[in-house]
Amino acid sequence: MSGLTLENIDKNFGAVVAVRDVNLHLPDGQFICFLGPSGCGKTTLLRLIAGLEKPSRGRILLDEEDITHIPAYKHNFGMVFQSLALFPHMTVGENVSYSLRVRKTDKSAQRQRAQELLDLVKLSGLIDRHISQLSGGQRQRVAMARALAIEPKLFLLDEPLSALDAKLREDMQLELRMLQQRLAVTTILVTHDQREAMTMSDLVVVMGPDNRVHQMDSPLEIYRNPADTFVADFIGTSNLLDGISSGSREVTVSGARLEIAEMPDGMTPDTKVTVSIRPEEVHVLPDLEKGDNRLHGTVSFVRDVGSSVEIYLDCNGLQIVSQSTPKGRPAVKQGDQATAVLPPTACVVLRS
Amino acid sequence: MSKTLRNIFLGLVLFLMSGPLVIVSGVSLNAKKRLFFPPEGLSLRWYVELLTENSWLIPVKNSLIIAFTSSLLALSIALPLAYFLWRYRVFYARALFTLGISPFMLPPVITALGFLSFWVTIGFYGQIFTTMISHAIFFVTLPLVTISLGFESIDHEIVEAAETMGANSNTVFRTIIFPMVRPYMISGCAFAFVLSLNEYIVAYMVAGFTVETLPIKIFNSLRYGYTPVMASVTIVFVLLAALIFGLIGRFGDLPKLLGALNPEEK
Amino acid sequence: MIEEKPKGLRAYLTLVYPTLMLGIFFIVPFGLMAAVSFFHRQPGGFYTPGFELTNYKNLYTALFGRTLMFSLFIAGLSAAVCVSIGFPFTYFITRMKRRVQVVWLILLMSVLSLSEVIVGFAWSLLLSRTAGLTNLFVWLGLMERPVALYPGFAALLFGICYLAFPYTVLVLYPPLSRLDPALPEAAQTLGASPLRTFFTVVVGSLRNAIVAAFVMVFVFTLGAYLLPQILGRPRHWTLSVLITDAAIYQTNMPLAAAMAIFFMSVSLVLVALTMMIGKGKKIRTT
Repeated sequence: MSGLTLENIDKNFGAVVAVRDVNLHLPDGQFICFLGPSGCGKTTLLRLIAGLEKPSRGRILLDEEDITHIPAYKHNFGMVFQSLALFPHMTVGENVSYSLRVRKTDKSAQRQRAQELLDLVKLSGLIDRHISQLSGGQRQRVAMARALAIEPKLFLLDEPLSALDAKLREDMQLELRMLQQRLAVTTILVTHDQREAMTMSDLVVVMGPDNRVHQMDSPLEIYRNPADTFVADFIGTSNLLDGISSGSREVTVSGARLEIAEMPDGMTPDTKVTVSIRPEEVHVLPDLEKGDNRLHGTVSFVRDVGSSVEIYLDCNGLQIVSQSTPKGRPAVKQGDQATAVLPPTACVVLRS
Repeated sequence: MSKTLRNIFLGLVLFLMSGPLVIVSGVSLNAKKRLFFPPEGLSLRWYVELLTENSWLIPVKNSLIIAFTSSLLALSIALPLAYFLWRYRVFYARALFTLGISPFMLPPVITALGFLSFWVTIGFYGQIFTTMISHAIFFVTLPLVTISLGFESIDHEIVEAAETMGANSNTVFRTIIFPMVRPYMISGCAFAFVLSLNEYIVAYMVAGFTVETLPIKIFNSLRYGYTPVMASVTIVFVLLAALIFGLIGRFGDLPKLLGALNPEEK
Repeated sequence: MIEEKPKGLRAYLTLVYPTLMLGIFFIVPFGLMAAVSFFHRQPGGFYTPGFELTNYKNLYTALFGRTLMFSLFIAGLSAAVCVSIGFPFTYFITRMKRRVQVVWLILLMSVLSLSEVIVGFAWSLLLSRTAGLTNLFVWLGLMERPVALYPGFAALLFGICYLAFPYTVLVLYPPLSRLDPALPEAAQTLGASPLRTFFTVVVGSLRNAIVAAFVMVFVFTLGAYLLPQILGRPRHWTLSVLITDAAIYQTNMPLAAAMAIFFMSVSLVLVALTMMIGKGKKIRTT
């Protein structure tokens, strides 16, 4: 089985647990994001793969070969660090061709390859420039070009875009994605920005404050079917409603019965659950309308941000947020009585 | 603090710092063989005498040779020590570092006395190489401190980046660490060189009667007969130091070498 | 690669040469000197190995006691003066533009390179009758006749402070240049005048650096050997002079060694005390 496999990985620093019980298989050629809040262990996981740290327990396999104990300098991986770590005493070209220099490639070949890479990241002409003379975006690209010099097996990036301003960041995200597709290199990017992860990757690995992997799936799947309340809350915004399962396809929330299209396997009645539903799936009707999957309440707040309208409903102490486009905006204002419709297909039931 | 008060303060300090130098340069240019200021006529004869009289040339030569060898020797001891302390985590790191800075931190007379007992005991008292070695040990502190500063300034991620690109520890040292620490090695060595040129008590105790260094010659002259050549020597050495540090300041980052971090451009 | 535990004998290879050098040429001489302090002195400059406390007993002279006290006193005073002037001075320097800083630093380093002998010589000139400051005062009409201002206590103090000043600045430079400029600015926005800001914020946050600088200058000036002889009278001679005198002129190595060991112990105790006081203050206020 080709690709990168992590088996039963634990990593402790003294008494502090950084990574707990991680089992992953990452297929070749994909753009993968490790996503999670600060301290969840995503950077540690990346460093374990890079060989900069050794796992306290478990194995790492690349294309079936055990690489757990191989130190960083023996791998053929390319890594971009958060601080970029460009060598201050070298020029752009010398930085980019460093991995070739280490492998004793001859000087003209080094320079040629450096030129190729700089063309690739659209920095041709800067080959003899000094690092201190570059802008933030340029330094970014040099760091990437440098990591890709030896056509690495894995392309690893540790929050590489966090120091950039918003506009530049978005441009770089796109460029990085296109670069990866062009080179078809297996890429792992660590980020805490879920929008970044969702827009760039083929696969997202979500890690939580308990230092475990909560879900690994395509961005859309994670959004539509979060595995648990943490993922549902971390990715996008979500309404999280506490309730009790009351049937094979039914959950009772705040006295109201909700029909659910799909329930988790092995769900028994009278189990505590959380229903997750995205605001854009909630319809709001004026007045108290009777019907299936409806909750009644009062409009507590309306937020119009121009591109969308958010309506906050207070249903017997339970807050439900609905989001709609300006065109589809329901005819309600603050203080009105209204009904929230929660379609069965949009409700995701998670165990509490 | 108001600007004028600050400037008065700085002006005063500047005056006090350079005052003695001004006087000494004036005396060194005095046409007559007297320690007068302002000079009674300008002449460079004392500088000429410094460069032609053997009684001065020999001490100058001794001082230069000793300074050169001892500063390089000090560097050779300080570099591996600083490297080891930076690279490895050991519980006795503090003790090692204290050992490295002790020779310079103790009152010189004590260190000098220690050296004296040592050389006398093993029977090499009076040879020039004893001064070289003693100075090297005495001044080890200087490159040790500057080089440690240099290591401190290396971002760990830079080393890791090099590792991910295939560099083993030897290659990392050769291509990354050494070039980045080199300016600090040079400044530490320059420091030791300049201080060795001017050092009296260790040189005196260890081989003072047979190997006359410039400071020994100057002190003897002070005791047994004034001559303005002493003034010209002083000025030459100050200019030499100013030249060396000026070069470092011009081609290197002097504030950074002395411990400042990289600030935004002011 | 960094901050790992050393693995295997190869890792210790870099340590071998420096420790060997320092061991043979520093620790051994030191130990030797400590041993010699217990040896028996033979008239004529030799000593036989043995163990006796005679040398230490011989320290109990009025001369030694007085000289010790004076040495400690002048060292403490110089340290206080150097740090009081050096601290604000270094602070101003670190706030200047880079270019101007470099010029000041070159000046400081050049002055620093001056040895004790030259400093003594330069100040003896500055304070002399024929070429010194008093001539300036006469010219300005403040005095009638030029006069020699040395040898004397003030002359010695000036000389020592001059010698130690560049070191003070060098020791205070790293911490002061790293002081976050936002700190004094924050204090000022909270209503503190520049003077108050300086004392409460700048001095306050760098207490440890100040203590360290004080200790360093103190130890440094304890070692003054030539200045007391050039700029001071015999009653101003420090312990370093006494020790060298015993070692060279009286050829009484064991006595010299005993004095040196004692001297060192006293200064170490004082240094430890100062550092404890410095740290103690810190604990109480947090």
